[in-house]
Amino acid sequence: MSEVAALHTGAQANESPLTPESWGKLGMWLFLAGDAMSFGGLIVGYGILRHASTKWPVPAEVLGINLTALMTFVLIVSSVTMVLSLSAIQQGDRAKFNKFMGLTILGGLFFLGCQAYEWTHLLHDVLPKYNLSFSKDLFATTFFVLTGFHGMHVSGGVIYNICVFLAVNRGRYEAKHVEIAALYWHFVDLVWILIFTFVYLL
Amino acid sequence: MTEAAHKEPNYIGVFWWLLVLTVIEIAVIYMPIAKFAIAVMLIVLAVTKAALVALYFMHLKFERITLGWIALSPFILCVFLILMLLPDIFPR
Repeated sequence: MSEVAALHTGAQANESPLTPESWGKLGMWLFLAGDAMSFGGLIVGYGILRHASTKWPVPAEVLGINLTALMTFVLIVSSVTMVLSLSAIQQGDRAKFNKFMGLTILGGLFFLGCQAYEWTHLLHDVLPKYNLSFSKDLFATTFFVLTGFHGMHVSGGVIYNICVFLAVNRGRYEAKHVEIAALYWHFVDLVWILIFTFVYLL
Repeated sequence: MTEAAHKEPNYIGVFWWLLVLTVIEIAVIYMPIAKFAIAVMLIVLAVTKAALVALYFMHLKFERITLGWIALSPFILCVFLILMLLPDIFPR
């Protein structure tokens, strides 16, 4: 049995078919699964509060979706550049890796900048206009909790990516480390796709 | 190393799909149809996009099945959470 597994997966004979190809990757996946449950709990909670509320503004009207659509686009593009940077480092092309990883980091920073602008704009101009307040209305509270929790993940991801960028250039990290960082970054993108739909569009 | 065993997926192709689905999502909310139909369409589109990211960008399609189950577990638990809360959402 283990020989068959070894034939098909390239695993060592003393490993079971359940032994992961990379422990680091398994660790990241386990972390992301736990993290997804945090987001899942928040999104389900948001849905139930919204359902139970008698008054709920139309999100697309209050929040506006032009800027958010741009943010979504940038985050998806940064996911693509992340994938390309991983593919470059797997082929040993450091210069190409630097280019695409740099773009990924810039994309993350751009996203954060947009979010900072959006929050300021909402808090100072939009919410007072609709007579909503951050602390009193579930609409505003759930919005800031969900986007804030995601924004923290993006901040963490940008710092993580910068560390990986530096470590690769110092020769301490290889493609397998970049792959793990990429998993985290794609997860952040995946969650934003859901938040964009549930919080802004729905 | 098994990574070399599978052909690299067409990442730019996946990107175009994600972009097209996002544009459709934004178009859907302005369609003059029932709110419920819009909600169903949006959820289907969002889940499709999330699945594209997980399967291709996160390589889930090319990983061992164990990772697939790990990735699926939060969604199963979320469905479970909603089911458990149904009596609260729709009280008699």
